[in-house]
Amino acid sequence: MIEIHLILFFMIVAAIIAVEVKDLLSSVIAVGAVGIGLCMAFLVLKAPDLAIMQLVVEILSLIILIRATIRKDLPFSKSGRWFFNTLATVSFIAVFLTIAHMALKDLPEFGSGQMRVSKAYIDSAVAKAGSEDVVASIIVNFRAYDTLGEAAILFTALIGILAIARKIGKNG
Amino acid sequence: MIETVKDGKGMTLIVKTVTRLTIGFILLYGIYIALNGNISPGGGFAGGVIIALSLVHVMLAFGKEVALKRLHSYAMRFAISIASLVFLYVMMSRWHGTYSHIVIPLAEMVIVSAGLFAIFVALVLLSKSDRDSE
Repeated sequence: MIEIHLILFFMIVAAIIAVEVKDLLSSVIAVGAVGIGLCMAFLVLKAPDLAIMQLVVEILSLIILIRATIRKDLPFSKSGRWFFNTLATVSFIAVFLTIAHMALKDLPEFGSGQMRVSKAYIDSAVAKAGSEDVVASIIVNFRAYDTLGEAAILFTALIGILAIARKIGKNG
Repeated sequence: MIETVKDGKGMTLIVKTVTRLTIGFILLYGIYIALNGNISPGGGFAGGVIIALSLVHVMLAFGKEVALKRLHSYAMRFAISIASLVFLYVMMSRWHGTYSHIVIPLAEMVIVSAGLFAIFVALVLLSKSDRDSE
């Protein structure tokens, strides 16, 4: 498990660089390094489905970041209501941590009973769904409504972006 | 390299030639990833993103007009709507029969590829018009 720790350390360093560097293009490249590190982590953890997904989505989002948005000057407000901003952030984090602690108390211990749900899927994937890839059979058959919801979310986001960014009516 | 894209019609001759040679293989690989999702890693979403990346590739190499001539905007929206309706029908009718392992990844592939390419085109056009108005 030394590889996964090395990759995680690399990702943390790249994320710190992405936050701290002054140049916007270097920051985007560092974000891409974080994504590629995540892809390698998925490969080490034996999840090639997620690795393929992470790789292609990372490349597309990098192209979109560089090509479409890198030229715009992003406004940074360093002055102003820093006190209320910090207060709101800290209180939100406190509320989130409290609720997460209450919710995570009921979960089973880390590492115990981890095959309880997935064993049923693995046993019945070939017989019930007729597909050898267990991940695909879970996505398309056992959790089909989940996939339908994903497609609905993507379709709604597409309609929203096309409605905001269309040419007609932008002159008014 | 981004500077040359902005004023000219696409990139240099080398990039255009390599794009013309490789674009078919990229499309084929996307369809392969989408259709073989039930026996190997991959699926409709990953294949759709690969096809959207090939369209983005054409657009970066040849410019906006050539890419939009290949996949017209109305055809794109028509394909997305039809694929969404097919996806909804297959999911809601619980038709997990003979060809559902082909129909579902194809519909998801069309939705994802055309949708992400449309989002990319919309973002590029938006940032370009902002730049022109300055």
